[in-house]
Amino acid sequence: MTIKAAAHIAGAYEHPGRELPGTSLPQIHAEVALGALADAGLRLSDVDAYFCAGDAPGFGAISMAEYLGLSLRYLDSTESGGSSYLMHLGHAAAAIAAGKCHVALITLAGKPRSGGAPPGGSMGDPRAPEHAFETPFGAPTVAQYALAAQRHMHEFGTTSRQLAEIKVAASTHAKHNPNAFLPREVTVEEVVASPMISDPLHRLDCCVVTDGGGALVVVSPEVARDLDRVTVKLLGHGEAPKYPAGGRVDLTYTGAVWSGPAAFEEAGLQPADIDYASIYDSFTITVLQCLEDLGFCEKGQGGPFVAEGSLRAPYGRLPFNTDGGGLCNNHPGNRGGMTKVIEAVRQLRGEAIPAVQVPDCEFALAHGSGGSLGTRMGSATVILGRADT
Amino acid sequence: MTGRAGAGAGAEAGAGAGVLPVVIPEFTVESRPFWDGLAEGYLRLQRCADCDAVVWYPRGLCPQCGSVSLLWFTASGRGAVYSFTVVRRTAGPYAAVTPYVVAYVELAEGPRVLTNVVDCGPELMHIDQPVECVFDAGDDGRALLRFRPVIS
Repeated sequence: MTIKAAAHIAGAYEHPGRELPGTSLPQIHAEVALGALADAGLRLSDVDAYFCAGDAPGFGAISMAEYLGLSLRYLDSTESGGSSYLMHLGHAAAAIAAGKCHVALITLAGKPRSGGAPPGGSMGDPRAPEHAFETPFGAPTVAQYALAAQRHMHEFGTTSRQLAEIKVAASTHAKHNPNAFLPREVTVEEVVASPMISDPLHRLDCCVVTDGGGALVVVSPEVARDLDRVTVKLLGHGEAPKYPAGGRVDLTYTGAVWSGPAAFEEAGLQPADIDYASIYDSFTITVLQCLEDLGFCEKGQGGPFVAEGSLRAPYGRLPFNTDGGGLCNNHPGNRGGMTKVIEAVRQLRGEAIPAVQVPDCEFALAHGSGGSLGTRMGSATVILGRADT
Repeated sequence: MTGRAGAGAGAEAGAGAGVLPVVIPEFTVESRPFWDGLAEGYLRLQRCADCDAVVWYPRGLCPQCGSVSLLWFTASGRGAVYSFTVVRRTAGPYAAVTPYVVAYVELAEGPRVLTNVVDCGPELMHIDQPVECVFDAGDDGRALLRFRPVIS
């Protein structure tokens, strides 16, 4: 069985808010659910499957299902940090392909900006077996990613200026986005001159911290046919954990080395076929390593690849994160996977901001790395196609 | 391997603003021999009796082969820096001691462990730097596994 073309994304919605002190967490989940359903032309009563991750308050998926008043026959609360929503997409498509459900709703919400929720979320569980061997050493999230960046620089000669180009490319996109948290274009010089947070990562190598959320509605081809809205086909999905493996941690690659090839194989496509890529950008190094691992360039060549301007829309070799990404636009709940899918859907519908719309965008990839490049992560890749492909 | 007092030692070496916090975490029952070892000044690791893998972090089975026959042994305490970062801004108990070094140290026995390198100016840190373990004791006698440069 395959999910190829067995499910469509019919609704996608990104909350316009970036700081929401007057809105509760369940309320944001509800607002994005209604937004995505309205986008699809569906109602809450049409939903028969619900997917959420560790950001959803309460008892797995059940508390939010109750809050929303959903009647369900399929639930999934897979938690892999910021990549959860890409896993949910694959799981929803598989459930639809198996006939278990027809209309799946996926929601994300978070309030780290106004609510003070720490980054990392469920990674901080003191019952985790690794907890005692990592938490005493004062290694915040940025330090863990910095460990990966430092090793990548050592092995491949990657430079801070190359990493900075990733932020610069995102900022050239964000300047067109009226909702972007950082709407100003920055230069390589500004990035490398910004304060060092954890060597070799500067402040501008980091993503933004925002409140907000997003939601997706995934439907069967039969449901899609009856909607007035342009839908996007799911063509392939792959997911994998990567972890230090009994002390054999290798910081130079991510779980995308497994999730990427699985997604491409299912879709029957190659990296060269991809017109647009949403790549989770918790930090600049996250993008660089995932570009290599997904096969857009050779291992170790991510630095030269991005320095050529490859990521810049609309005419770079691989336009990425055209909404400004987590680096400049939005990183709701410290979880970037949802907004990655939403911008890929915009591109395939031809509804991205005109200045960054990729011409004739036929195939898009969205990739998430949840957790930490420096320790353990959940990687997930989806490949999407325009409805007429 | 060298014992190291929790308070005072190291501050003079220029490793940031002061001595790093020693907060002993809760640990699982199967890793108790490791923690007891640190309190006594020994680095104890597990080796799989079936596939010979040295296992990090301590646990109830070998993640290489699934064997539950793991034997404790005393390791050399020597290693080299696999990667490092100098933390310059952070929150919580470490905020007062920036800049300080977080590193993965590759032990002579193979595993790479997340830790701090102390007694070393951050500007002198480099990958492949030889290091040896130190036992940073807290008030209750238990200790954390940290490392310091081996001066050749």
